[in-house]
Amino acid sequence: MSSTVLPGHDAHGAHDHGAHKPSFVRRWLMSTNHKDIGTLYITWAIIAALEGGVLSMIMRAQLMHPNNTIITNGQTWNAIVTAHGLLMIFFFVMPALIGGFGNWFVPMMIGAPDMAFPRLNNMSFWFLFMGFIFVNLGLLVGHGSGVGWTLYPPLTDSTYQPGPAVDFTLFSLHLAGISSLLGAINFIATILNMRAPGMTMHKMPLFVWSILVTAFLLLLAIPVLAGAITMLIMDRNFGTSFFEPGGGGDPVLFQHLFWFFGHPEVYIMILPAFGIISHVVSTFSKKPIFGYLGMVYAMVAIGFVGFVVWAHHMFVSGISVDSKVYFEAATLVIAVPTGVKVFSWLATMWGGSIELKTPMLWAIGFIFMFVVGGATGVVLANAGLDTELHNTYFIIAHFHYVLSMGSVFAIFAGFYYWIGKMYGRPYPEFWAKVHFWSFFIGVNLTFFPQHFLGLAGMPRRYPDYPTAFAGWNYVSSIGAMISGASSVVFLYILFRIFTSKEVLADNYWGQGATTLEWTVPSPAPHHTFEDVPVIR
Amino acid sequence: MMMRPAKLASMVTRLGCVALATITLFAMAHTAQAAGLPTNSAGLPVHAPQPWEWWLQPSASPVEKSIDWMMQYVLWMMFGVVALVGVLIAFIVFRFNAKKNPVASTTTHNTLIEVIWTLVPAVLLVAVVVPSLNLIYQQADYKNRYMTVRVTGHQWYWEYSYKGAKGVDFTSYAIPPDKLKPGQIRQLSANHPLVVPVGKKIVFQITSGDVLHSFFIPSLGVQRYAIPGQIWHQWTKIASPGVYYGECNQICGMNHDNMPIEIVALPMKQFQAWLAKAKADAAQGNVPKVHPYEVLADNSAK
Repeated sequence: MSSTVLPGHDAHGAHDHGAHKPSFVRRWLMSTNHKDIGTLYITWAIIAALEGGVLSMIMRAQLMHPNNTIITNGQTWNAIVTAHGLLMIFFFVMPALIGGFGNWFVPMMIGAPDMAFPRLNNMSFWFLFMGFIFVNLGLLVGHGSGVGWTLYPPLTDSTYQPGPAVDFTLFSLHLAGISSLLGAINFIATILNMRAPGMTMHKMPLFVWSILVTAFLLLLAIPVLAGAITMLIMDRNFGTSFFEPGGGGDPVLFQHLFWFFGHPEVYIMILPAFGIISHVVSTFSKKPIFGYLGMVYAMVAIGFVGFVVWAHHMFVSGISVDSKVYFEAATLVIAVPTGVKVFSWLATMWGGSIELKTPMLWAIGFIFMFVVGGATGVVLANAGLDTELHNTYFIIAHFHYVLSMGSVFAIFAGFYYWIGKMYGRPYPEFWAKVHFWSFFIGVNLTFFPQHFLGLAGMPRRYPDYPTAFAGWNYVSSIGAMISGASSVVFLYILFRIFTSKEVLADNYWGQGATTLEWTVPSPAPHHTFEDVPVIR
Repeated sequence: MMMRPAKLASMVTRLGCVALATITLFAMAHTAQAAGLPTNSAGLPVHAPQPWEWWLQPSASPVEKSIDWMMQYVLWMMFGVVALVGVLIAFIVFRFNAKKNPVASTTTHNTLIEVIWTLVPAVLLVAVVVPSLNLIYQQADYKNRYMTVRVTGHQWYWEYSYKGAKGVDFTSYAIPPDKLKPGQIRQLSANHPLVVPVGKKIVFQITSGDVLHSFFIPSLGVQRYAIPGQIWHQWTKIASPGVYYGECNQICGMNHDNMPIEIVALPMKQFQAWLAKAKADAAQGNVPKVHPYEVLADNSAK
């Protein structure tokens, strides 16, 4: 993973000044370069994704048949469920999109030499790394923390989850939270202060906008999570009763605090994906983005409204009838700016000269699958229907359509789009398409039947189910195996990229790729810009 | 760039035919599924999930009927949206690929179309909200109840307490797989089912003795968290005698998947016979000894 010592890069030796051959330890453990830190984030995101993926394979293997015996202990099952959720959210999707692509391309796209606070940037990554260690302790120590990623008390209290596992999980979220918070401060400072001359806010690339909105969401949401889990730690260890009804506390209060963070969190995971998709769609249609301002303010609107809809996760919990009415109406409003984004992508493609290269396949897959997930989201926003669907497999299907086909498709789109810029070597087009199609078939086969299971009433977080649910569960597990095999194809693609000798041009996508990162060599040099770029 | 009107019309007609055929097939399958309810050893229809079921369980209460209608209404609307986007994507990829359209247009704005694609979804959402609010208020209408049952979730069983029937308060555990009798369902049957009358409004007062649980009976459209220290309500009115199965639906520890809900709905006369015996048992400090099926068998013998 080097951007300065590759032989193909010698032609650009002028950028190196001969001074940048830091030792391995200095370069990777004490890094202050946004590209190296971005690489660390992406590497770690892949590792976390593989671990989370293995956990999901174990779960689908257990659920393949009723009365199965792969996981016979319910507590172990719950610990796996919890770790899968936390790993995928906090250690795969967020680090890949924000820490990874955000670090790599935000400074480059705005013509900045680096992030505003390089040491803070390094700390962000290592906090996340420690969080990853702790989430694994939460999985492996004692009986594991079998509480679900939502951590609802009283199940999280020491009465019901004795031992240190849950404490490790909570500390892990504190660490990941500090990491995100520092990252958010860094991105906001960078984007607001370090744009190249001429790059006004309304000329900023959409990916930069998406990271800016995401950073504000993190800045406002993470402290609320930190407060909630601090109270939980106090309840567990120091005899307080914030959420303990026996001491005058309220378990529903935790749910409010958690989702006040948790709902913006889902936009934190999808907004950067929106940004990436906009660039990929525009590049491979060879057309500028349609309705740029609409796209920008749709993201801002989603960010705002995302903060006032949290209790739609609590329709069958402790909220009153009139609150249900408000939260349902507010939730449905989000469909409007989301619709603006989808139609603007389609309009960007309309009249374009479309090349179906791998990144574009992932982007088109993203748009369609995200619309499917969004459509079931409109169904779930109805408080009355949520009575029937809450916590069933319908909700599992819904959020995997927007995450494991939304965010993850966008991560792959971004990966294939930018890997040449990051590593300087092309990916094998044929195998990348095999990866796309096998993953596309795999995830759809996994998650589409889960809509049926949910409608028929199958609850989530069950290691075993009534025999009647066997059929669709079997289909779903087959789908999971296909996506598992597809991930092996991805590992093979990584191998091919790292062993490739081919050299790439600065702008290897051609006329459609217009942002600043395409004006610098591939791979991007250690110091991105020789001169400060000026934007017309 | 636009298709000729005649071609467009024929495409729309074809799409319309496909949509109609799909709707018809869906309706037929839905009806067939509802008609095919199995019955158990006591002759009661079993409201449990069926193999390869792909829709809501047949509805057995007014709320569930409304949910079923609303679900179809919203899902068809959303099917339309997804189909529109799918067709547009297919058309765009086909029509505007680099081979057919080597030179890209440079259009980046069209105020009219941007206003349309903001307003049309807004109008659709209003069409969703109006019936949806009715459903919310229907679910919250606890007036004119016939009886009230206190439902308490515990790790890992349910406790049912009949308000106004002194002492009728019993626990309901899952039946272990090796103790299942013919007609009982693994993971769904309970040792002491909740017994209620048909045709009367029943209100559940839902609470918990320890962690969160969720009292969830799909075919009745009933679901609410059981929260320690709080009581929340749900109501139902069961249309016909039968057995209605549900499961705990909020993670509650290692046996989360093993605290089912079984509700037996009996005609009023049999229900009262059962309740009288349950009260007599309770007076002697016992849980109800008589199983609702036995009451049913007694009465049909007379």
